[in-house]
Amino acid sequence: MFAYCADPSTLDGLTWLSCYLTTGKHMGFYYAFGTVLLLLAITAPVSLAFGFGGAAMARSRILPVSWIGKAYISVVRGVPDIVFFLFFVIAIDQIFELIRHKIKCPEWTEPIRQGSDFIVCQAAKLPLGNSPQWVHEVYGFSIAVLTFAIVFGAFAANILFGAMRAVPRAQLETAEAYGMSHRQVFRRVLVPQMWVYALPGLSNLWMVLIKATPLLFLLGVEDIVYWARELGGTKTPQFTAYPHGDWRMWYFLFLLVFYLCLTKVSEVVLERLMLRLTHGQATTGGESQRRAA
Amino acid sequence: MKTLTLTTAALALTAGMAFADAHSTVRLGTEGAYPPFNFINDAGEIDGFEADVGNELCARAELTCEWVTNEWDSIIPNLVSGNYDAIIAGMSITAERDEVIDFTQDYFPPTASVYVALSADADLTGVVAAQTSTIQAGYVAESGATLLEYATPEETVAAVRNGEADAVFADYDFLAAIVDASGGELTYAGEPVPLGGGVGMGIRESDAELRDAMDAAITSMKEDGTLNTLLVKWFGDDVTTY
Repeated sequence: MFAYCADPSTLDGLTWLSCYLTTGKHMGFYYAFGTVLLLLAITAPVSLAFGFGGAAMARSRILPVSWIGKAYISVVRGVPDIVFFLFFVIAIDQIFELIRHKIKCPEWTEPIRQGSDFIVCQAAKLPLGNSPQWVHEVYGFSIAVLTFAIVFGAFAANILFGAMRAVPRAQLETAEAYGMSHRQVFRRVLVPQMWVYALPGLSNLWMVLIKATPLLFLLGVEDIVYWARELGGTKTPQFTAYPHGDWRMWYFLFLLVFYLCLTKVSEVVLERLMLRLTHGQATTGGESQRRAA
Repeated sequence: MKTLTLTTAALALTAGMAFADAHSTVRLGTEGAYPPFNFINDAGEIDGFEADVGNELCARAELTCEWVTNEWDSIIPNLVSGNYDAIIAGMSITAERDEVIDFTQDYFPPTASVYVALSADADLTGVVAAQTSTIQAGYVAESGATLLEYATPEETVAAVRNGEADAVFADYDFLAAIVDASGGELTYAGEPVPLGGGVGMGIRESDAELRDAMDAAITSMKEDGTLNTLLVKWFGDDVTTY
Protein backbone atom coordinates (compact mmCIF):
# COMPACT_ATOMS: atom_id res chain seq x y z
CA MET A 1 0.00 0.00 0.00
CA PHE A 2 2.77 2.45 0.96
CA ALA A 3 5.83 2.93 -1.23
CA TYR A 4 8.22 1.81 1.49
CA CYS A 5 6.45 -1.56 1.72
CA ALA A 6 8.24 -2.92 -1.35
CA ASP A 7 10.64 -5.02 0.71
CA PRO A 8 9.11 -5.72 4.13
CA SER A 9 12.06 -7.85 5.31
CA THR A 10 14.15 -4.70 5.72
CA LEU A 11 11.56 -2.98 7.89
CA ASP A 12 10.91 -3.28 11.57
CA GLY A 13 8.72 -1.91 14.32
CA LEU A 14 5.84 0.33 13.42
CA THR A 15 6.75 0.73 9.76
CA TRP A 16 6.66 -3.05 9.37
CA LEU A 17 3.34 -3.17 11.19
CA SER A 18 1.86 -0.43 9.03
CA CYS A 19 2.77 -2.44 5.92
CA TYR A 20 1.61 -5.71 7.45
CA LEU A 21 -1.77 -4.32 8.45
CA THR A 22 -2.45 -2.90 4.99
CA THR A 23 -1.85 -6.02 2.86
CA GLY A 24 -4.59 -7.11 0.49
CA LYS A 25 -5.34 -9.95 2.85
CA HIS A 26 -5.94 -7.58 5.74
CA MET A 27 -8.22 -5.53 3.52
CA GLY A 28 -10.31 -8.68 3.19
CA PHE A 29 -10.41 -8.86 6.98
CA TYR A 30 -11.57 -5.23 7.33
CA TYR A 31 -14.10 -5.74 4.57
CA ALA A 32 -15.49 -8.70 6.52
CA PHE A 33 -16.38 -6.38 9.41
CA GLY A 34 -18.64 -4.58 6.97
CA THR A 35 -20.17 -7.93 6.00
CA VAL A 36 -20.97 -8.70 9.63
CA LEU A 37 -22.49 -5.27 10.27
CA LEU A 38 -24.48 -5.50 7.05
CA LEU A 39 -25.75 -8.91 8.07
CA LEU A 40 -26.91 -7.48 11.40
CA ALA A 41 -28.50 -4.47 9.75
CA ILE A 42 -30.49 -6.64 7.34
CA THR A 43 -31.21 -9.63 9.55
CA ALA A 44 -32.62 -7.69 12.51
CA PRO A 45 -35.58 -6.12 10.65
CA VAL A 46 -36.17 -9.26 8.57
CA SER A 47 -36.33 -11.52 11.61
CA LEU A 48 -38.54 -8.98 13.34
CA ALA A 49 -40.87 -9.22 10.35
CA PHE A 50 -40.77 -13.01 10.53
CA GLY A 51 -41.45 -12.77 14.24
CA PHE A 52 -44.31 -10.36 13.76
CA GLY A 53 -45.84 -12.63 11.14
CA GLY A 54 -45.37 -15.69 13.32
CA ALA A 55 -46.90 -14.01 16.37
CA ALA A 56 -49.84 -12.63 14.40
CA MET A 57 -50.47 -16.08 12.93
CA ALA A 58 -50.16 -17.82 16.29
CA ARG A 59 -52.88 -15.63 17.81
CA SER A 60 -55.12 -15.82 14.75
CA ARG A 61 -58.70 -17.00 15.34
CA ILE A 62 -58.50 -19.19 12.25
CA LEU A 63 -57.33 -22.48 13.69
CA PRO A 64 -55.06 -23.83 10.88
CA VAL A 65 -53.29 -20.46 10.62
CA SER A 66 -52.73 -20.44 14.36
CA TRP A 67 -51.35 -23.97 14.15
CA ILE A 68 -48.86 -22.98 11.49
CA GLY A 69 -47.70 -20.01 13.58
CA LYS A 70 -47.38 -22.09 16.71
CA ALA A 71 -45.65 -24.94 14.90
CA TYR A 72 -43.12 -22.50 13.42
CA ILE A 73 -42.35 -21.06 16.83
CA SER A 74 -41.98 -24.34 18.66
CA VAL A 75 -40.17 -26.31 15.95
CA VAL A 76 -37.53 -23.69 15.17
CA ARG A 77 -37.04 -22.82 18.83
CA GLY A 78 -36.62 -26.46 19.70
CA VAL A 79 -33.94 -27.34 17.17
CA PRO A 80 -30.30 -26.42 17.86
CA ASP A 81 -29.22 -23.39 15.80
CA ILE A 82 -26.22 -25.13 14.40
CA VAL A 83 -28.33 -27.96 12.99
CA PHE A 84 -30.46 -25.40 11.21
CA PHE A 85 -27.44 -23.62 9.88
CA LEU A 86 -25.89 -26.79 8.53
CA PHE A 87 -29.18 -28.07 7.19
CA PHE A 88 -30.41 -24.89 5.57
CA VAL A 89 -27.41 -24.00 3.48
CA ILE A 90 -27.71 -27.23 1.55
CA ALA A 91 -31.46 -27.82 1.85
CA ILE A 92 -32.75 -24.32 0.98
CA ASP A 93 -30.37 -24.09 -1.92
CA GLN A 94 -31.48 -27.47 -3.28
CA ILE A 95 -35.17 -26.67 -2.80
CA PHE A 96 -34.79 -23.43 -4.77
CA GLU A 97 -32.92 -25.23 -7.52
CA LEU A 98 -35.45 -28.03 -7.61
CA ILE A 99 -38.35 -25.60 -8.01
CA ARG A 100 -36.55 -23.69 -10.77
CA HIS A 101 -35.67 -26.98 -12.41
CA LYS A 102 -39.32 -28.06 -12.52
CA ILE A 103 -40.33 -24.76 -14.09
CA LYS A 104 -37.47 -24.16 -16.49
CA CYS A 105 -36.63 -27.66 -17.71
CA PRO A 106 -39.83 -29.70 -17.94
CA GLU A 107 -38.33 -31.86 -20.69
CA TRP A 108 -35.47 -33.07 -18.47
CA THR A 109 -35.63 -36.85 -18.10
CA GLU A 110 -32.52 -37.79 -16.16
CA PRO A 111 -32.89 -38.32 -12.42
CA ILE A 112 -32.01 -35.36 -10.23
CA ARG A 113 -30.17 -37.50 -7.75
CA GLN A 114 -27.50 -39.66 -9.34
CA GLY A 115 -25.71 -41.43 -6.53
CA SER A 116 -24.59 -38.63 -4.27
CA ASP A 117 -24.73 -36.00 -6.99
CA PHE A 118 -27.52 -33.43 -7.06
CA ILE A 119 -28.01 -32.47 -10.67
CA VAL A 120 -30.41 -29.92 -12.08
CA CYS A 121 -30.31 -28.45 -15.56
CA GLN A 122 -27.93 -25.55 -16.12
CA ALA A 123 -30.71 -22.97 -16.44
CA ALA A 124 -32.00 -23.90 -12.98
CA LYS A 125 -28.68 -23.46 -11.23
CA LEU A 126 -28.66 -20.87 -8.49
CA PRO A 127 -26.76 -18.73 -9.11
CA LEU A 128 -26.18 -19.59 -12.77
CA GLY A 129 -22.94 -21.51 -13.17
CA ASN A 130 -21.41 -18.81 -15.35
CA SER A 131 -22.28 -15.83 -13.18
CA PRO A 132 -19.37 -13.94 -11.67
CA GLN A 133 -18.05 -14.68 -8.20
CA TRP A 134 -19.75 -11.68 -6.57
CA VAL A 135 -23.17 -13.05 -7.55
CA HIS A 136 -22.29 -16.29 -5.79
CA GLU A 137 -21.21 -14.33 -2.76
CA VAL A 138 -24.37 -12.24 -2.67
CA TYR A 139 -26.43 -15.40 -3.03
CA GLY A 140 -24.54 -17.07 -0.18
CA PHE A 141 -25.05 -13.98 1.93
CA SER A 142 -28.78 -13.93 1.20
CA ILE A 143 -29.10 -17.57 2.20
CA ALA A 144 -27.33 -16.64 5.42
CA VAL A 145 -29.74 -13.75 6.05
CA LEU A 146 -32.71 -16.01 5.36
CA THR A 147 -31.42 -18.69 7.72
CA PHE A 148 -30.71 -16.20 10.49
CA ALA A 149 -34.12 -14.60 9.94
CA ILE A 150 -35.96 -17.91 10.19
CA VAL A 151 -34.15 -18.95 13.35
CA PHE A 152 -34.28 -15.61 15.12
CA GLY A 153 -37.75 -14.89 13.78
CA ALA A 154 -39.08 -17.83 15.78
CA PHE A 155 -37.66 -16.40 18.99
CA ALA A 156 -38.95 -12.96 18.11
CA ALA A 157 -42.36 -14.46 17.39
CA ASN A 158 -42.48 -16.00 20.82
CA ILE A 159 -41.50 -12.69 22.44
CA LEU A 160 -44.06 -10.70 20.44
CA PHE A 161 -46.74 -13.32 21.10
CA GLY A 162 -46.14 -12.90 24.81
CA ALA A 163 -45.98 -9.12 24.51
CA MET A 164 -49.32 -9.03 22.70
CA ARG A 165 -50.86 -10.97 25.55
CA ALA A 166 -49.28 -8.66 28.12
CA VAL A 167 -51.15 -5.60 26.84
CA PRO A 168 -53.90 -5.11 29.43
CA ARG A 169 -57.13 -6.73 28.34
CA ALA A 170 -59.07 -3.67 29.53
CA GLN A 171 -57.38 -1.55 26.85
CA LEU A 172 -58.60 -3.83 24.09
CA GLU A 173 -62.09 -4.03 25.55
CA THR A 174 -62.29 -0.26 25.71
CA ALA A 175 -61.30 -0.05 22.07
CA GLU A 176 -63.94 -2.60 21.18
CA ALA A 177 -66.49 -0.62 23.16
CA TYR A 178 -65.68 2.35 20.95
CA GLY A 179 -66.76 0.20 18.02
CA MET A 180 -63.39 -0.64 16.52
CA SER A 181 -63.12 -3.80 14.47
CA HIS A 182 -60.66 -6.56 15.41
CA ARG A 183 -58.23 -5.32 12.81
CA GLN A 184 -58.45 -1.76 14.09
CA VAL A 185 -57.92 -2.85 17.68
CA PHE A 186 -54.86 -4.83 16.59
CA ARG A 187 -53.38 -1.96 14.62
CA ARG A 188 -54.28 1.02 16.76
CA VAL A 189 -54.20 -0.31 20.30
CA LEU A 190 -52.39 -3.63 20.56
CA VAL A 191 -49.35 -3.13 18.33
CA PRO A 192 -48.34 0.35 19.57
CA GLN A 193 -48.51 -0.79 23.18
CA MET A 194 -46.90 -4.21 22.90
CA TRP A 195 -43.38 -2.92 22.09
CA VAL A 196 -42.70 -1.89 25.64
CA TYR A 197 -43.40 -5.43 26.80
CA ALA A 198 -41.43 -6.92 23.93
CA LEU A 199 -38.34 -4.76 24.19
CA PRO A 200 -36.53 -6.53 27.05
CA GLY A 201 -36.91 -9.83 25.21
CA LEU A 202 -36.03 -8.33 21.84
CA SER A 203 -32.95 -6.60 23.19
CA ASN A 204 -31.81 -9.93 24.56
CA LEU A 205 -32.37 -11.45 21.16
CA TRP A 206 -30.37 -8.70 19.49
CA MET A 207 -27.44 -9.44 21.78
CA VAL A 208 -27.66 -13.14 20.96
CA LEU A 209 -27.85 -12.29 17.26
CA ILE A 210 -24.66 -10.22 17.49
CA LYS A 211 -22.92 -13.09 19.15
CA ALA A 212 -24.28 -15.56 16.61
CA THR A 213 -22.76 -13.78 13.60
CA PRO A 214 -19.59 -15.93 13.69
CA LEU A 215 -21.88 -18.74 12.52
CA LEU A 216 -21.65 -17.02 9.12
CA PHE A 217 -18.43 -18.89 8.78
CA LEU A 218 -20.39 -22.15 8.80
CA LEU A 219 -22.49 -20.84 5.94
CA GLY A 220 -19.45 -20.38 3.75
CA VAL A 221 -19.35 -16.59 4.04
CA GLU A 222 -15.83 -15.34 4.67
CA ASP A 223 -16.50 -13.47 7.89
CA ILE A 224 -14.17 -11.97 10.49
CA VAL A 225 -13.64 -15.29 12.25
CA TYR A 226 -12.48 -16.92 9.02
CA TRP A 227 -10.03 -14.10 8.35
CA ALA A 228 -8.80 -13.97 11.94
CA ARG A 229 -7.99 -17.65 11.77
CA GLU A 230 -6.42 -17.35 8.35
CA LEU A 231 -4.36 -14.25 9.16
CA GLY A 232 -3.35 -15.38 12.61
CA GLY A 233 -2.04 -18.76 11.51
CA THR A 234 1.70 -19.34 11.36
CA LYS A 235 3.21 -17.91 8.18
CA THR A 236 6.41 -19.41 6.86
CA PRO A 237 8.78 -17.13 4.91
CA GLN A 238 8.47 -19.16 1.68
CA PHE A 239 4.91 -18.05 1.08
CA THR A 240 4.64 -14.55 2.44
CA ALA A 241 6.63 -11.36 2.75
CA TYR A 242 5.46 -11.08 6.36
CA PRO A 243 6.37 -14.31 8.16
CA HIS A 244 5.20 -14.62 11.75
CA GLY A 245 4.37 -17.22 14.37
CA ASP A 246 0.99 -18.28 15.65
CA TRP A 247 -0.78 -14.96 16.18
CA ARG A 248 -4.30 -16.30 16.31
CA MET A 249 -4.60 -15.31 19.96
CA TRP A 250 -4.10 -11.62 19.13
CA TYR A 251 -6.56 -11.70 16.28
CA PHE A 252 -9.18 -13.40 18.40
CA LEU A 253 -8.50 -10.94 21.21
CA PHE A 254 -9.22 -8.16 18.75
CA LEU A 255 -12.50 -9.86 17.80
CA LEU A 256 -13.37 -10.13 21.48
CA VAL A 257 -12.88 -6.40 21.93
CA PHE A 258 -14.87 -5.72 18.77
CA TYR A 259 -17.82 -7.78 19.95
CA LEU A 260 -17.70 -6.24 23.42
CA CYS A 261 -17.78 -2.74 21.92
CA LEU A 262 -20.64 -3.68 19.65
CA THR A 263 -22.72 -5.07 22.50
CA LYS A 264 -21.89 -2.08 24.71
CA VAL A 265 -23.10 0.36 22.06
CA SER A 266 -26.23 -1.74 21.63
CA GLU A 267 -26.91 -1.66 25.35
CA VAL A 268 -26.74 2.12 25.44
CA VAL A 269 -29.01 2.51 22.42
CA LEU A 270 -31.53 -0.01 23.69
CA GLU A 271 -31.61 1.69 27.08
CA ARG A 272 -32.58 4.98 25.40
CA LEU A 273 -35.17 3.26 23.27
CA MET A 274 -36.72 1.70 26.36
CA LEU A 275 -36.94 5.11 28.03
CA ARG A 276 -38.74 6.50 25.02
CA LEU A 277 -41.14 3.58 24.70
CA THR A 278 -42.15 3.53 28.36
CA HIS A 279 -43.08 7.21 28.13
CA GLY A 280 -46.78 7.55 28.87
CA GLN A 281 -47.32 3.80 29.25
CA ALA A 282 -49.37 2.21 32.00
CA THR A 283 -46.33 0.32 33.28
CA THR A 284 -44.14 0.87 36.34
CA GLY A 285 -41.49 2.42 34.09
CA GLY A 286 -43.98 4.82 32.55
CA GLU A 287 -45.44 5.63 35.93
CA SER A 288 -42.06 6.55 37.44
CA GLN A 289 -41.34 8.77 34.43
CA ARG A 290 -44.64 10.55 35.00
CA ARG A 291 -43.83 11.13 38.67
CA ALA A 292 -40.35 12.40 37.92
CA ALA A 293 -41.64 14.86 35.34
CA MET B 1 -25.83 -44.39 -44.06
CA LYS B 2 -25.37 -40.77 -44.91
CA THR B 3 -28.16 -39.70 -42.60
CA LEU B 4 -26.64 -41.85 -39.89
CA THR B 5 -23.27 -40.10 -40.18
CA LEU B 6 -25.01 -36.76 -40.26
CA THR B 7 -27.06 -37.55 -37.18
CA THR B 8 -23.96 -38.73 -35.37
CA ALA B 9 -22.14 -35.58 -36.34
CA ALA B 10 -25.07 -33.47 -35.24
CA LEU B 11 -25.28 -35.34 -31.98
CA ALA B 12 -21.58 -34.95 -31.33
CA LEU B 13 -21.87 -31.27 -32.13
CA THR B 14 -24.81 -30.67 -29.79
CA ALA B 15 -23.08 -32.70 -27.09
CA GLY B 16 -20.03 -30.49 -27.50
CA MET B 17 -22.19 -27.40 -27.37
CA ALA B 18 -23.98 -28.65 -24.30
CA PHE B 19 -20.60 -29.15 -22.66
CA ALA B 20 -19.43 -25.68 -23.56
CA ASP B 21 -22.72 -24.29 -22.33
CA ALA B 22 -22.65 -26.25 -19.08
CA HIS B 23 -19.09 -25.21 -18.41
CA SER B 24 -18.93 -21.68 -19.67
CA THR B 25 -17.35 -21.03 -16.29
CA VAL B 26 -15.73 -23.82 -14.34
CA ARG B 27 -15.60 -23.15 -10.63
CA LEU B 28 -12.58 -24.62 -8.90
CA GLY B 29 -12.94 -25.31 -5.21
CA THR B 30 -9.87 -25.23 -2.98
CA GLU B 31 -9.07 -24.94 0.71
CA GLY B 32 -6.60 -22.06 0.64
CA ALA B 33 -4.80 -23.22 3.78
CA TYR B 34 -2.32 -25.84 2.63
CA PRO B 35 0.89 -24.25 1.37
CA PRO B 36 2.60 -24.86 -0.97
CA PHE B 37 -0.36 -26.64 -2.61
CA ASN B 38 -2.84 -23.83 -2.11
CA PHE B 39 -2.90 -20.81 0.15
CA ILE B 40 -4.03 -17.21 0.32
CA ASN B 41 -1.14 -14.88 -0.49
CA ASP B 42 -0.48 -11.44 0.98
CA ALA B 43 -2.70 -9.83 -1.61
CA GLY B 44 -5.59 -12.01 -0.49
CA GLU B 45 -5.60 -14.13 -3.65
CA ILE B 46 -5.36 -17.88 -4.07
CA ASP B 47 -1.79 -18.85 -4.81
CA GLY B 48 0.42 -21.93 -4.78
CA PHE B 49 1.24 -24.95 -6.88
CA GLU B 50 -2.39 -25.80 -7.50
CA ALA B 51 -3.28 -22.23 -8.45
CA ASP B 52 -0.62 -22.39 -11.16
CA VAL B 53 -1.62 -25.89 -12.29
CA GLY B 54 -5.32 -25.06 -12.26
CA ASN B 55 -4.91 -21.90 -14.32
CA GLU B 56 -2.70 -23.70 -16.83
CA LEU B 57 -5.14 -26.61 -17.12
CA CYS B 58 -8.03 -24.25 -17.74
CA ALA B 59 -6.03 -22.40 -20.39
CA ARG B 60 -5.22 -25.67 -22.14
CA ALA B 61 -8.77 -27.01 -21.93
CA GLU B 62 -9.99 -23.57 -23.11
CA LEU B 63 -12.22 -23.07 -20.11
CA THR B 64 -12.86 -19.96 -18.07
CA CYS B 65 -12.12 -20.81 -14.48
CA GLU B 66 -12.97 -19.15 -11.23
CA TRP B 67 -11.52 -19.94 -7.81
CA VAL B 68 -13.62 -20.57 -4.74
CA THR B 69 -12.43 -21.36 -1.22
CA ASN B 70 -14.24 -23.85 0.94
CA GLU B 71 -13.64 -25.53 4.28
CA TRP B 72 -11.83 -28.85 3.90
CA ASP B 73 -14.47 -30.64 5.97
CA SER B 74 -17.33 -29.89 3.60
CA ILE B 75 -15.34 -29.76 0.39
CA ILE B 76 -16.80 -33.00 -1.06
CA PRO B 77 -20.46 -32.39 -0.05
CA ASN B 78 -20.32 -28.95 -1.69
CA LEU B 79 -18.93 -30.44 -4.88
CA VAL B 80 -21.65 -33.06 -5.21
CA SER B 81 -24.38 -30.54 -4.48
CA GLY B 82 -23.02 -28.42 -7.31
CA ASN B 83 -21.58 -25.35 -5.59
CA TYR B 84 -18.43 -25.72 -7.66
CA ASP B 85 -17.32 -28.06 -10.42
CA ALA B 86 -13.94 -29.39 -9.35
CA ILE B 87 -11.86 -29.85 -6.21
CA ILE B 88 -8.21 -28.94 -6.56
CA ALA B 89 -7.02 -28.95 -2.99
CA GLY B 90 -4.16 -31.37 -2.50
CA MET B 91 -6.66 -34.21 -2.33
CA SER B 92 -5.08 -37.65 -2.56
CA ILE B 93 -6.78 -40.19 -4.77
CA THR B 94 -8.18 -42.93 -2.54
CA ALA B 95 -10.65 -45.74 -3.11
CA GLU B 96 -12.99 -44.35 -0.42
CA ARG B 97 -13.27 -40.94 -2.02
CA ASP B 98 -13.54 -42.51 -5.44
CA GLU B 99 -16.85 -44.04 -4.40
CA VAL B 100 -18.36 -40.59 -3.93
CA ILE B 101 -16.58 -38.51 -6.57
CA ASP B 102 -14.38 -39.10 -9.59
CA PHE B 103 -10.74 -38.21 -9.91
CA THR B 104 -8.65 -37.12 -12.85
CA GLN B 105 -5.23 -38.69 -13.21
CA ASP B 106 -2.73 -37.43 -10.65
CA TYR B 107 -0.99 -34.11 -11.21
CA PHE B 108 1.17 -34.58 -8.14
CA PRO B 109 2.95 -37.95 -7.86
CA PRO B 110 2.34 -40.26 -4.89
CA THR B 111 4.64 -39.15 -2.09
CA ALA B 112 5.37 -39.89 1.50
CA SER B 113 3.69 -38.58 4.61
CA VAL B 114 5.91 -37.84 7.59
CA TYR B 115 5.72 -37.36 11.32
CA VAL B 116 6.97 -34.06 12.68
CA ALA B 117 7.60 -33.53 16.37
CA LEU B 118 9.58 -31.43 18.82
CA SER B 119 12.27 -34.11 19.01
CA ALA B 120 13.31 -36.93 16.68
CA ASP B 121 12.59 -39.60 19.31
CA ALA B 122 8.98 -38.53 19.93
CA ASP B 123 6.49 -41.24 20.82
CA LEU B 124 4.66 -41.97 17.56
CA THR B 125 2.25 -44.32 19.29
CA GLY B 126 1.19 -41.56 21.67
CA VAL B 127 -1.05 -38.66 20.64
CA VAL B 128 -0.72 -37.80 16.94
CA ALA B 129 -2.42 -34.82 15.31
CA ALA B 130 -3.82 -34.94 11.77
CA GLN B 131 -6.37 -33.03 9.75
CA THR B 132 -9.95 -34.36 9.72
CA SER B 133 -10.94 -36.62 6.81
CA THR B 134 -7.46 -36.93 5.35
CA ILE B 135 -5.69 -40.16 4.48
CA GLN B 136 -3.22 -39.29 7.23
CA ALA B 137 -6.00 -39.23 9.84
CA GLY B 138 -7.13 -42.65 8.64
CA TYR B 139 -3.59 -43.97 8.84
CA VAL B 140 -3.02 -42.67 12.38
CA ALA B 141 -6.30 -44.15 13.56
CA GLU B 142 -5.19 -47.57 12.34
CA SER B 143 -1.60 -47.24 13.56
CA GLY B 144 -2.63 -47.64 17.19
CA ALA B 145 -1.73 -44.09 18.17
CA THR B 146 -4.34 -41.76 19.68
CA LEU B 147 -5.65 -39.60 16.85
CA LEU B 148 -6.21 -35.92 17.52
CA GLU B 149 -8.17 -34.40 14.65
CA TYR B 150 -8.26 -30.73 13.65
CA ALA B 151 -10.24 -28.90 11.00
CA THR B 152 -7.26 -27.05 9.49
CA PRO B 153 -3.65 -28.06 8.79
CA GLU B 154 -2.50 -25.00 10.78
CA GLU B 155 -4.04 -26.32 13.97
CA THR B 156 -2.39 -29.73 13.66
CA VAL B 157 1.05 -28.11 13.73
CA ALA B 158 0.04 -25.72 16.53
CA ALA B 159 -0.99 -28.77 18.59
CA VAL B 160 2.57 -30.10 18.46
CA ARG B 161 4.06 -26.73 19.31
CA ASN B 162 1.91 -26.29 22.41
CA GLY B 163 2.36 -29.87 23.54
CA GLU B 164 -1.17 -31.15 23.02
CA ALA B 165 0.08 -33.74 20.56
CA ASP B 166 3.35 -35.68 20.51
CA ALA B 167 3.61 -35.45 16.73
CA VAL B 168 1.76 -34.28 13.64
CA PHE B 169 1.31 -36.54 10.63
CA ALA B 170 0.84 -34.90 7.21
CA ASP B 171 2.14 -34.69 3.66
CA TYR B 172 5.90 -34.28 3.55
CA ASP B 173 5.62 -31.38 1.12
CA PHE B 174 3.36 -29.41 3.43
CA LEU B 175 5.46 -30.01 6.56
CA ALA B 176 8.83 -29.45 4.89
CA ALA B 177 8.36 -25.67 4.65
CA ILE B 178 7.23 -25.49 8.26
CA VAL B 179 10.14 -27.55 9.57
CA ASP B 180 12.59 -25.40 7.57
CA ALA B 181 11.10 -22.20 8.96
CA SER B 182 10.92 -23.39 12.58
CA GLY B 183 14.64 -22.87 13.14
CA GLY B 184 15.24 -26.29 14.70
CA GLU B 185 12.18 -26.27 16.93
CA LEU B 186 10.45 -28.92 14.85
CA THR B 187 12.05 -32.00 13.40
CA TYR B 188 11.11 -35.17 11.54
CA ALA B 189 10.42 -38.25 13.61
CA GLY B 190 10.23 -41.88 12.55
CA GLU B 191 10.23 -43.08 8.97
CA PRO B 192 8.32 -41.54 6.05
CA VAL B 193 5.19 -43.50 5.13
CA PRO B 194 4.14 -43.74 1.46
CA LEU B 195 0.41 -42.99 1.36
CA GLY B 196 -2.27 -42.41 -1.27
CA GLY B 197 -2.27 -42.63 -5.03
CA GLY B 198 -1.05 -39.14 -5.80
CA VAL B 199 -3.05 -35.93 -5.86
CA GLY B 200 -5.78 -35.55 -8.44
CA MET B 201 -8.61 -33.21 -9.25
CA GLY B 202 -11.97 -34.26 -7.78
CA ILE B 203 -14.93 -34.03 -10.13
CA ARG B 204 -18.59 -35.06 -9.86
CA GLU B 205 -19.21 -38.60 -11.09
CA SER B 206 -21.87 -37.36 -13.47
CA ASP B 207 -19.46 -34.89 -15.06
CA ALA B 208 -17.40 -37.15 -17.31
CA GLU B 209 -16.83 -34.43 -19.93
CA LEU B 210 -15.04 -32.15 -17.52
CA ARG B 211 -13.00 -35.04 -16.19
CA ASP B 212 -11.93 -36.03 -19.72
CA ALA B 213 -11.07 -32.45 -20.63
CA MET B 214 -8.94 -32.03 -17.51
CA ASP B 215 -7.35 -35.45 -17.97
CA ALA B 216 -6.29 -34.51 -21.47
CA ALA B 217 -4.89 -31.20 -20.24
CA ILE B 218 -2.92 -32.91 -17.46
CA THR B 219 -1.49 -35.38 -19.97
CA SER B 220 -0.36 -32.55 -22.22
CA MET B 221 1.24 -30.77 -19.26
CA LYS B 222 3.06 -33.94 -18.31
CA GLU B 223 4.25 -34.50 -21.86
CA ASP B 224 5.76 -31.06 -22.47
CA GLY B 225 7.33 -30.84 -19.02
CA THR B 226 5.42 -27.79 -17.75
CA LEU B 227 4.08 -29.80 -14.85
CA ASN B 228 7.62 -30.74 -13.80
CA THR B 229 8.69 -27.10 -14.01
CA LEU B 230 5.86 -26.12 -11.69
CA LEU B 231 6.64 -28.98 -9.31
CA VAL B 232 10.24 -27.81 -9.00
CA LYS B 233 9.14 -24.18 -8.68
CA TRP B 234 6.94 -24.89 -5.66
CA PHE B 235 8.48 -27.95 -4.02
CA GLY B 236 12.19 -27.54 -4.73
CA ASP B 237 14.63 -29.73 -6.61
CA ASP B 238 14.10 -32.85 -4.48
CA VAL B 239 10.50 -33.32 -5.52
CA THR B 240 9.47 -36.46 -7.42
CA THR B 241 8.71 -35.44 -11.00
CA TYR B 242 7.01 -37.20 -13.89
